[in-house]
Amino acid sequence: MTSREKHDLRCGLAFCSPWLIGLGVFMIYPVVASLFYSFCDYSVLQSPVWIGLENYQRMAGDAVFWQSLKNTLFYAALSLPLGMMVSLLLAMLLNTQVRGMTVFRVIFYLPSIIPIVASSMLWLWIFNGQYGVLNWALRPILGIFGQAPPTWLADPLWAKPALVLMSLWGVGNSMVIYLAGLQDVPKELYESAEIDGASWWGRLWYITLPMLSPVIYFNLIMGIIGTLQVFTQVFVMTGGPGGDPARSTLFYALYLFSTAFYDLRMGYASAMAWVLFVLIVALTILATKLTEKRVHYSG
Amino acid sequence: MKPRSAMARFPIYALLLAGSAVFLFPLVWMTCTSLKPVEQTMTLPLTWLPRAFYAIVDGRRMEVTRDYQIEQPSVMVVPREGPTAGKRMLLPATAFDRQKSLARTQIFENGLPSEKSIAAELVKEVAPGWWHVTEFSATKVRQHELSWDVVPESALEARIRPRWENYPNALATMGGRSLEEVEGSVEHRGTGVSEDTVVSFRTFLRNTLVVCVLGVIGSVFSNALIAYGFTRVRWRGRDALFAVTLATMMVPFPVLMVPLYGVFKTLGWIGTLKPLWLPAFFGSAFNIFLMRQFFRTIPEELSEAARIDGCSEWGIFWRIILPLSRPVLAVVALFHFLWAWNDFMGPLLYLTRKHTFTLALALQNYQSQHGGVQWHLLMAASVVVILPIIVLFFFTQKTFIKGIATSGIKG
Repeated sequence: MTSREKHDLRCGLAFCSPWLIGLGVFMIYPVVASLFYSFCDYSVLQSPVWIGLENYQRMAGDAVFWQSLKNTLFYAALSLPLGMMVSLLLAMLLNTQVRGMTVFRVIFYLPSIIPIVASSMLWLWIFNGQYGVLNWALRPILGIFGQAPPTWLADPLWAKPALVLMSLWGVGNSMVIYLAGLQDVPKELYESAEIDGASWWGRLWYITLPMLSPVIYFNLIMGIIGTLQVFTQVFVMTGGPGGDPARSTLFYALYLFSTAFYDLRMGYASAMAWVLFVLIVALTILATKLTEKRVHYSG
Repeated sequence: MKPRSAMARFPIYALLLAGSAVFLFPLVWMTCTSLKPVEQTMTLPLTWLPRAFYAIVDGRRMEVTRDYQIEQPSVMVVPREGPTAGKRMLLPATAFDRQKSLARTQIFENGLPSEKSIAAELVKEVAPGWWHVTEFSATKVRQHELSWDVVPESALEARIRPRWENYPNALATMGGRSLEEVEGSVEHRGTGVSEDTVVSFRTFLRNTLVVCVLGVIGSVFSNALIAYGFTRVRWRGRDALFAVTLATMMVPFPVLMVPLYGVFKTLGWIGTLKPLWLPAFFGSAFNIFLMRQFFRTIPEELSEAARIDGCSEWGIFWRIILPLSRPVLAVVALFHFLWAWNDFMGPLLYLTRKHTFTLALALQNYQSQHGGVQWHLLMAASVVVILPIIVLFFFTQKTFIKGIATSGIKG
């Protein structure tokens, strides 16, 4: 190593030193430790005892675990595609050139910066079975068919759809990412398509979607990671870690949290966390493989 | 897309306006609710604006609380005998015998209820749809007997009046005091209450600001430093370490949760605000990435020229790169502030006592203790937690939206 190289190495490491500590203490150590704990019987009160694969084996027979996984996948399967569609449609609407667009952009984006705890309060009130504004609007409509509106968060059947509905309100982030992608699509493509007499559908299918495919892929991956870890709104809106009513909103992260910090079964919780990690990676790879041929990178 | 004709623009505006209405509605509804008195939050059919009602009760025109609507034909009578003699009662019309002036009613004698017919004088016949009203009291605790009456809708005069007092009441009760104490009608229970059950809203706000401001300082400074090391200095192992850095973004928080708790416990940070801001001083993968993307666009020649002039690496970072990087520093600062303000899981995990709670945790705590009834106060507290974020967003929305767009596109 020349003295110049040595100097640069020292200098580079000096600049990166906060990260070397941060990466080690807040990332690498926890990752390694949690992998170790996942093979242990461990509560914070006592030191971990190695039990091999027992946590993972127990998980296979844990009905509550499967319930939480099913709940989470059900929520993700509804919330993710709907959210992606709504945010893409909004982005396309916001990409039209009409006056006052900045105001509309701000309005559509606004809900996604609102603290989740606060928006949970707000939707708790909207979903209120008796005095909620949603049921007030639905009651006369459903009344025509002789039906009463559901009690939403108090109804095991409707609690998850209610959370999905709420999630659509906060799609602003992916909407803005779509919007930025739409603005990068060369205008000439649309102009020549119009000359060729392409319909609105044709332009959407053959120009917008292919040109937007990297962004769609990005939002898909972020969506998978995000929806599988949903926690705060469920914890707040269903009143703690129980996943009420009738465990219908016991999502994966919620069960993991209560296992770790209420039951103090930290080994089992760590094993669950690793299963979640593997699941996320597997779904990401699956999504990548499935979309590979359709994602089109220009330039 | 190219400018369109007025005809083509019309449906676009219609969609934009309809969408805006849907997206803004929850916030509007929250604000409306936050300004209502409690009984107006739970009426069917719903009312939109907070109102004050006036009616003539006992011959005096006064502000009244509209309590409930009469559903069946009723009568208002004054018994001439029994323990309730001289006091007005509201009974179903079927419980009153007009010919004999006898009211059949339940009377408590010696603590036991018994059904009796007592002589009573008819004051007023009440049609279904009339409203039961009580004299309005500023405090919810009724220290004196309130007047009440039953009046037809037409005799009720309504005026729009927001209840701004909900806001101070919400902030005061958020810390654990009861509404009765706040309104001054009940003395604070001095004994038997540990200091931790009553915390002022200002404490929550201060905690949140500590976490946000220190976190922002740490995050901006450390990530700039680290990104500089990853971008502007060449050293062996740099790219490998950067690849590891990017890979850590894939790790979901639940994987780190348990050992991190252990780390903070060992450090003695559990129950303090430290776990919520101190780690920001050690960088985060996403922000390093964001800053690195920006630093790469600054021409290398600037650094070279400075080096030739004898400027140290620190000098280049501090005097050349940082001043040029204001846009990306602003994005990182904003993101961190927002994230810290909104964070719920962190405070839930690490904060144990009420006087260390941040606003997000305090709001959830407030809801779990007072939820289900006092929607007006809960909505007011939520508005208070949301408002600073909205104000911040309005002043910085360009930086903001640009920041999110770049993170998605260049990622």
